Amino acid sequence: MSEKTAKIKVFRGDEKGGEYKEYDVPLFEGMVVLDAIHHIQATADNTLAVRWNCKAGKCGSCGGEINGKPRLMCMTRMDTLPLDKPITVEPMKTFPVIKDLVCDVSWNFEINKKIPPFKPKAPLADGTWRFSQEDADRVQEFRKCIECFLCQNVCHVLRNHKKEEFAGPRFLVRLASLEMHPLDVEDRLSLIKEAFHIGLCNITKCCTEVCPEHITITDNAIIPLKERVVSRFYDPIAKFWQKLFAKNDVTK
Amino acid sequence: MARLAPNTMFKSGLGTTQRKDNWWLQPVLVVFGLGSFGIYSTWAALQGNHYAFGPYLSPFYSPLFIFDWWHWSPALLILWAPLGFRATCYYYRKAYYRAFFADPPACAVGELAEHRYSGETKFPFILQNIHRFFFYLAAIFIFILSYDAYEAFWFDGHFGIGVGSLVLTANALFLGLYTFSCHSFRHLIGGKRDCFSNCSLAKAQYKTWSIVSILNQRHMLWAWISLCTVGFADVYIRLCAMGIIHDIRII
Repeated sequence: MSEKTAKIKVFRGDEKGGEYKEYDVPLFEGMVVLDAIHHIQATADNTLAVRWNCKAGKCGSCGGEINGKPRLMCMTRMDTLPLDKPITVEPMKTFPVIKDLVCDVSWNFEINKKIPPFKPKAPLADGTWRFSQEDADRVQEFRKCIECFLCQNVCHVLRNHKKEEFAGPRFLVRLASLEMHPLDVEDRLSLIKEAFHIGLCNITKCCTEVCPEHITITDNAIIPLKERVVSRFYDPIAKFWQKLFAKNDVTK
Repeated sequence: MARLAPNTMFKSGLGTTQRKDNWWLQPVLVVFGLGSFGIYSTWAALQGNHYAFGPYLSPFYSPLFIFDWWHWSPALLILWAPLGFRATCYYYRKAYYRAFFADPPACAVGELAEHRYSGETKFPFILQNIHRFFFYLAAIFIFILSYDAYEAFWFDGHFGIGVGSLVLTANALFLGLYTFSCHSFRHLIGGKRDCFSNCSLAKAQYKTWSIVSILNQRHMLWAWISLCTVGFADVYIRLCAMGIIHDIRII
């Protein structure tokens, strides 16, 4: 019986440019795209570069573009892809390519450094901090992020418009997790508007579509932050209300 | 300083992608859906007639204001409010930025090369920030349309049920689901809080926020269903008023 194979078209190159090369790989049950890349490395070309680590969808290393869609290579099963045409595997196009499927995502770390860290309020009389489960639930979702940067990659503000001043969905999620934290007292709203440029997001929800951890990035992080910015900067009634009841503000 | 990749590495331009699925289908459907509703509703709003039949009043004309000094269709006095609510709605923004502005046309699909982009930071899109004020108005409309639906069950002072009564009731229901699943409402009702457990008011807000959050997950669905019901309600009443169809009385 003849072995079932798939054609894989892989980007080979670096920041100066590159080309696509086709490889045949044998299929086996439960195979993922990263297995196919490993097969090419092992049998056809051991110079093919790919970044990977856990092969379980938790380290966030093997992000790429499979048939044009930003996905983790280790979580994309071959049997979910059409095999009548070659499967295209490319690096994330928003970031500079180092080699083949590996790109330089360090721009993200620079953005991350600009975020004011968690600043807890004064502890209780017994020296501890406590809060309820319902307070934790909302920010818990944001802690699932594995920093694969697929959301940053697909965000058209970064991908097409190259707005390097924009924090991008990953860091708006981090900002939301800090801003909504029941024990945090740091105020980042002015920064979210002026330094991280939340207004550049036009909520087209691609970040949510590609998130491998299924974080509802737009609805649960970005839009609530946008609404908080509206309350602070665009809503005269909310401003008046905040001034009137500033001493009794229970939102913190 | 680390940078993003220049656009020259890979092919770019409107519609450029390696995607092999029918990514263009969704924007095409949105253009068709919103476009046909836009054309019909503009035409219906400009007519200024055939908006009432028996106890039924078209939602395009409710609340009905008739003034001697106003020489145009009464729909124009009120329709700006629901139009503003939908135009600034977080779901519709996604839909029309993708379908009408191709910004982006779909995820990981190329846009028009080198066009200016300022998101929602400059005029006119900075006005999206007033969505919550349109929500306040839309909420008032829900109460008015609910009253219209109630009135639609009373034929010359007697209780009855016609197809139109059910159409107007379904319309008020779905418009209510759309309006109260709004992202701004979700923020105002409790999402603005960081702590849900520190007082009884906070606990009540947590409950309402949780309910609105469940509705909010289906905001797109309510947006489309309510768009269809409001359009259909007007079509139904218009056809009855023009004598083209007869309202069927169930009771």
